[in-house]
Amino acid sequence: MDNVLAFGAASSQAGRVDALFVMIAGIGGFFFFLTQGMLIYFAVKYRRRVPGRDNETPTITDHPLLEFLWILIPSLVVVAIFYYGWQVYTDQRIPYAGETEVHVTGKQWMFEVKYPDGRTAINEIRVPAGKPVKFLLSASDVLHGFYLPDFRVKMDMIPGRVTTLWVQPERPGSYQIFCTVYCGTGHSNMLAQLIVMPQAEYAEWLERGGREGGEAGGKEPLHARGERVVKGAGCLSCHAVDGKGKIGPNFRGLFGSTVPLEGGTSVTADEEFLRESITDPGAKVVKGYPNVMPTYKASMPPDDVRAVVEYLKTLK
Amino acid sequence: MTGVGRPEAEGNGRGYLADRGWRSWAFTLDHKRIGAMYLWTTTVFFLIGGVFALLLRLELLSPQARYFSNHAYNVFFTLHGAMMIFLFVIPAIPSGLGNFLIPLHIGARDVAFPRLNLASYWVFAAGFLVIIGSLVAPMDTGWTFYTPYSAKSAAAVTTLSLGIFLIGMSSILTGLNFIVTIHKLRAPGMTWHRLPLFIWGMYATSIIQVVATPVVGVTFLLLAAERIFGVGFFDPTKGGDPVLFQHFFWFYSHPVVYVMILPAMGIVSEVIPVFSRKPIFGYKAIAYSSMAIAFIGFLVWGHHMFTSGMSPLANKIFSFLTFFVAVPTAVKVFNWIATLYRGSITFESPMLYALTFIFLFIVGGLTGPFLGAMATNVQLHDTYFVVAHFHYTMMGGTVMGFFAGLHYWFPKMTGKMVNEKVARAAWALIFVGFNVTFFTMFIAGTRGMPRRYAEYLPKFQVENTISSIGSAVLAAGILVMCWNFLQGLRKGAAAPANPWRALSLEWKAASPPETENFHEIPVVTEWPYGYGTPKA
Ligand code: HEM
Ligand SMILES: [Cu+2]
Repeated sequence: MDNVLAFGAASSQAGRVDALFVMIAGIGGFFFFLTQGMLIYFAVKYRRRVPGRDNETPTITDHPLLEFLWILIPSLVVVAIFYYGWQVYTDQRIPYAGETEVHVTGKQWMFEVKYPDGRTAINEIRVPAGKPVKFLLSASDVLHGFYLPDFRVKMDMIPGRVTTLWVQPERPGSYQIFCTVYCGTGHSNMLAQLIVMPQAEYAEWLERGGREGGEAGGKEPLHARGERVVKGAGCLSCHAVDGKGKIGPNFRGLFGSTVPLEGGTSVTADEEFLRESITDPGAKVVKGYPNVMPTYKASMPPDDVRAVVEYLKTLK
Repeated sequence: MTGVGRPEAEGNGRGYLADRGWRSWAFTLDHKRIGAMYLWTTTVFFLIGGVFALLLRLELLSPQARYFSNHAYNVFFTLHGAMMIFLFVIPAIPSGLGNFLIPLHIGARDVAFPRLNLASYWVFAAGFLVIIGSLVAPMDTGWTFYTPYSAKSAAAVTTLSLGIFLIGMSSILTGLNFIVTIHKLRAPGMTWHRLPLFIWGMYATSIIQVVATPVVGVTFLLLAAERIFGVGFFDPTKGGDPVLFQHFFWFYSHPVVYVMILPAMGIVSEVIPVFSRKPIFGYKAIAYSSMAIAFIGFLVWGHHMFTSGMSPLANKIFSFLTFFVAVPTAVKVFNWIATLYRGSITFESPMLYALTFIFLFIVGGLTGPFLGAMATNVQLHDTYFVVAHFHYTMMGGTVMGFFAGLHYWFPKMTGKMVNEKVARAAWALIFVGFNVTFFTMFIAGTRGMPRRYAEYLPKFQVENTISSIGSAVLAAGILVMCWNFLQGLRKGAAAPANPWRALSLEWKAASPPETENFHEIPVVTEWPYGYGTPKA
């Protein structure tokens, strides 16, 4: 399971990355033997035979066809590698439907895990096998990295932003999570496990409220907390949740929709857009609405912002 | 053959080393002395940086932190990286060998602005003194200084930033000086297409230094402002962007890897023809590819940031452009190999290091596409694979090029020869040690070991142990090499003016050259690579 080229690939995507790796290694290996072979062969074959006397050497200063070929061929090869690398990457970045969601916050030096239903855990993430998982990543102090070597993916965790990462674990088991962005003294001890459970076991575990392993915390679901926050923070004086228009855009049906912006562009209302609209409303102004919303950056803690985003997502 | 006023240098004047006393060094306007001062200073930093590297490898013998605390380990890798980059590879070849050689190579008496040249050395010296001052609270941020960690760290980041700012200033001054020198002071008949390829490499390098270095200067000022005044450029709670720093940083630091590599490629382009006794193959292609690399090098900084949450479109563009740096680089490699074809090759130490450069640089270059392709980058980024890749290019490339240059020009610089046998023994240790040390890192990285880890999972123990053993062999080789240079300096045989029978202008000067280099400015009638039987 742990050989160099394919160390325990744990998802179908990982297999594709490995295939790309093998392809590049194959092409690289070919050019490796070609160039090093010629280097060594020429060095040995054309070494000076009689000490102190030069062999006769020809004057060869260029060869247009050869030079053209060795510009053309590497160019084609690198374009091919680029193209394939881009295809596999695009695949990885396309959102899956029906995913399980997990919020993970990097913090010196641990991973804090929050599920939308309010369960929390430290350094341990449980997900069902065979279903897509979406990680919503952020950081509370400095940069961190979220690296799943068995899935061949990683993503930086950035304070004040939400980055996303999708995987579909295929095989139950326990997988290593590393922090890959240097974050201070405990960087190399910032480790966590992704525990992929068979679906039935996962359902049973959910049933028990996810007690084992995770911290048993208050069980208020994130979206419920979000609703409380929205009511308490004055959002509803400008935004409606029932379909009517007010000073600001309506919340119902907002998540996932395409929002036209001032200036003619548009954006998809994903988690990052919602978060940004709360903490920095002026960054992307929705077309047709005045830019009057105050920023909640200082007054709303990141956890509450997260909860609000979860709540907004429920307003289908 | 290059046409020169006289066939051999006369050597009846005073060698540039004749004056004694510290004043004759501290206030010298002679480019050769200034170059020598840079060489001494940077070599000392190379050795100190190397000691830190050995401490790192010592700690990594065992998965747990055994000899040092995690914090100490973090300080060591920061100092190792920062010294190697800012105090060694960036200045050593350009400011050291470049200063010494550019006027000699183009047939000039000195650089265009000798006083500015001296000033740039002392600005550099001030920079390293400030950096040493920062050791009161040693840095633990990595040489990349990523915010917000560097903005919050209790270490003397502000002091160190100031030191790097000064070093950057010195680098800009040197670059400007070289550009003007190459434009204005070429000997009569030295057209652009008769310039030695080392000069082309230095010219491209100087342009990067002048254009990119101000960016890093400003970046470090912003970081200092962030720390002192809490401005919030990079702080999300104040409306800043933590990733912005990375854009600024790599906008300088990617082009700067070419400041490190282009002069070394220039050295290899000088050495290969001399020891093959063949004209360089594809002169123009090598010259222009230096310029192409310098230019494209400005457009690819984003490949250090594929996982930093940039838009997929930006990632694609950076990935595409990255691959196009590979093409002019590959062209150079093919040209060097083609130069060997049907040559009359000898393996004196400069040639051994030049061939080693090509060998290791090919490994470094061929592992670049793994990092340039987005999907494999996402897997390998920030793992030991990257560490192996950049050591193959920077140490296997630049440092081997530097060693080739030191062995090649040692007779010219000092008037002494080194012991060839010892030089070859040192080379063998370095070659073996290098590959054992760094090749294993590709394996560890592919298996998922992240970089900058003081402690690691036991499953990476085998690779790390082998690598640490390799590093001891490598270090032994470097020690033998240094000892050999010192011996050569003290009691080496007197060097003739042109021990390698090379054709470029510097060998027309005496060994060591006189203060004004040439009695008469030579007149150039041909390019510097006219070896072999003349065309019918
Ligand atoms: C010319 C010689 C080269 C030098 C001196 C060089 C140097 C470096 C250095 C210092 C890094 C380290 C970044 C860090 O600290 O995280 C790096 C990373 C990288 N290099 Fe190179 N490199 C060279 C050639 C290439 C080539 C030919 C390619 C691709 C075709 C390439 C692609 C990359 C990529 C994509 C990264 C980012 C890796 C990552 O952080 O994930 N490099 N290189
Ligand atoms: Cu971390």
